Amino acid sequence: MSDSKNFILGVYDDEDVLLHAVSKIRGAGIKIDEVYSPFPVHGLDDELGYKKSKLPIAAFLFGMLGTTLALTMQIWMLGIDWPMIIGGKNFVAIPDFIPVTFELTVLLAAFGMVGTFLVSSDLKPWKDPKLLDIRITDDKHIMAIDLAKNKAVDAAQIGSALKDSGAVEVNDKKVEE
Amino acid sequence: MSKEVFDFSAGIKKKLAIAFISGVVLLLAGWMLSSTGGHEEEHSEDDHTELAEADDHGTDHDAAETMEAEHHEGDDGHVAEAGEHEAEEEHEKGWFDRVVIDLWINNVYFTGLALIGLFFFAIQYAAQAGWSTYILRIPLSMASWILPAGILMLLTFLFFNHDIFHWTHSDLYNEFNADGSLNTHFDSLVAGKASFFYAPLDAGTFPVFFVGRMVVFFGAWILLFRKLRSLSNLEDQLGGTSYWYKMRRTSVAFLLIFAVSSSIAAWDWIMSIDVHWFSTMFGWYVFASWFVAGLALITLITVLLKENGYLTQVTSNHLHDLGKFVFAFSIFWTYIWFSQFLLIYYANIPEESVYFVERMMNDKYSTVFYVNLIMNFFFPFLVLITRDAKRLNVFLKIACIVIILGHWVDFYLMVTPGTLGESGAFGLTEIGLYLVFGSAFLFVVLKALSSYALVPKNHPMLEEAKNHHI
Repeated sequence: MSDSKNFILGVYDDEDVLLHAVSKIRGAGIKIDEVYSPFPVHGLDDELGYKKSKLPIAAFLFGMLGTTLALTMQIWMLGIDWPMIIGGKNFVAIPDFIPVTFELTVLLAAFGMVGTFLVSSDLKPWKDPKLLDIRITDDKHIMAIDLAKNKAVDAAQIGSALKDSGAVEVNDKKVEE
Repeated sequence: MSKEVFDFSAGIKKKLAIAFISGVVLLLAGWMLSSTGGHEEEHSEDDHTELAEADDHGTDHDAAETMEAEHHEGDDGHVAEAGEHEAEEEHEKGWFDRVVIDLWINNVYFTGLALIGLFFFAIQYAAQAGWSTYILRIPLSMASWILPAGILMLLTFLFFNHDIFHWTHSDLYNEFNADGSLNTHFDSLVAGKASFFYAPLDAGTFPVFFVGRMVVFFGAWILLFRKLRSLSNLEDQLGGTSYWYKMRRTSVAFLLIFAVSSSIAAWDWIMSIDVHWFSTMFGWYVFASWFVAGLALITLITVLLKENGYLTQVTSNHLHDLGKFVFAFSIFWTYIWFSQFLLIYYANIPEESVYFVERMMNDKYSTVFYVNLIMNFFFPFLVLITRDAKRLNVFLKIACIVIILGHWVDFYLMVTPGTLGESGAFGLTEIGLYLVFGSAFLFVVLKALSSYALVPKNHPMLEEAKNHHI
């Protein structure tokens, strides 16, 4: 079983050139595996045609979970398990519970969202990142094209398309999984 | 090409005229209904009279007393001294009183919308914001209502102050009458606050300080508005960045003044209605209410202009930012609302909690109390929570209209219980006057909007607005 991937990497040094390059390459029928960039480039995800992130849904659900947990906890504690008169209010005085409910909603929504993001993008402390090119942590943008996904197009053709779109270098890269 | 300037066409003017006239008709219909005894909406008045009549110092006494709420500032008596029930009968509140109160509600509400126009304009400059450049002329136009609002506010106060503000009654301030007998109307709490209204004159004469503040605030706002407008027009004609810097300085000056004046205006114009009561959150509360309503109006006008072929440069990215503003500040309003409510509810000090007893625990207003929360928090929160909703015209329109109307309800709830009390109502009269004010407001705003290019021609941040992407 060969667990290696063959990439052609286009190296760009300007995000504006990169943005136009993405649409040119996609327009030429070449599938882009991923674009790596040292900083967020506005409009890149639109150009790459990424689908909308589902992260907000996770955030909403975790938030609702927080609301439910907080209310259940307080109602059970102060209304059922150990009823206490506080300030002459009812045992279950909803307005009193709102600050805690709000905080737990925010907390769970935030933690849940971060956790979901880490899991879904497979980020973990012991992960050994396979950088296609060390310069993406500095000043270069890399457009990675997986040859296995572009069988219809000739590798040399991809290379020249990258050059034409403004890449300052075109490199081959083999990655062992 | 002709779409660079807003065309205030005869068709739009006709629509506004129809709204104005139907407002007047509704007002008159409200008057007819209330005077011919057709109490479809004013059943409360019957209740009121019955209660007052049944109140022959008999056994019904207590029930009536609680119904009328202990701290009934609107009526003449400070009912803390039980036994002053005659005072309530002499103040039979009818259609005219409702109109006066609605006049005040609409004055404060529309003044706020106009002010927020200027405030929004100013923060864009103070924050060096570029994304909003395309829509800057909309809030600037809204601010042209400040001048008519100031005149209306002053006139309404001068003519009807006794109907709106309990503290304007001169008999509250002297412990003894001229003949040396004890003045039963004396109110030591209000007398203690007298100088805030009357200084440097004697309490109970003419409220120089109060009216002076009103005049100074409106004067400063109008002055700075005119300065900003003329600078913005000069920039259109002459170009260059120097006008941007001048506008930035003027904006900062306005923001500093507005920070103080909006708060004091809120105490003066609304909080002093419930003159025994106070809340340190109130300035923020009124500001938050104004701000979210103003943002909703800016967004609504932007969307409507866009739908009618104007502002083609405005993309869903700009709308998204406006939508986020509306969403965030409807939550901000709720936050302020709740902060005020929770502290008062939790401490439960009678002189503070009376405010919510009158609104939340009262048969007449408790519905309005919850409707207020639903319209201004739950509805916009759930409608605007997703990203797509903030980028689509239809969701923005629905949420903005509900918020704009919702904050009228908010002001209604701030003003009416303290003035009309049990005779307050919501009916044709209220809708009519809102239409009258709304159409006049829109007339002034749209006329101003048609007087210059919709998008500032030489604004230094046009390019940034063009490339705005989120």
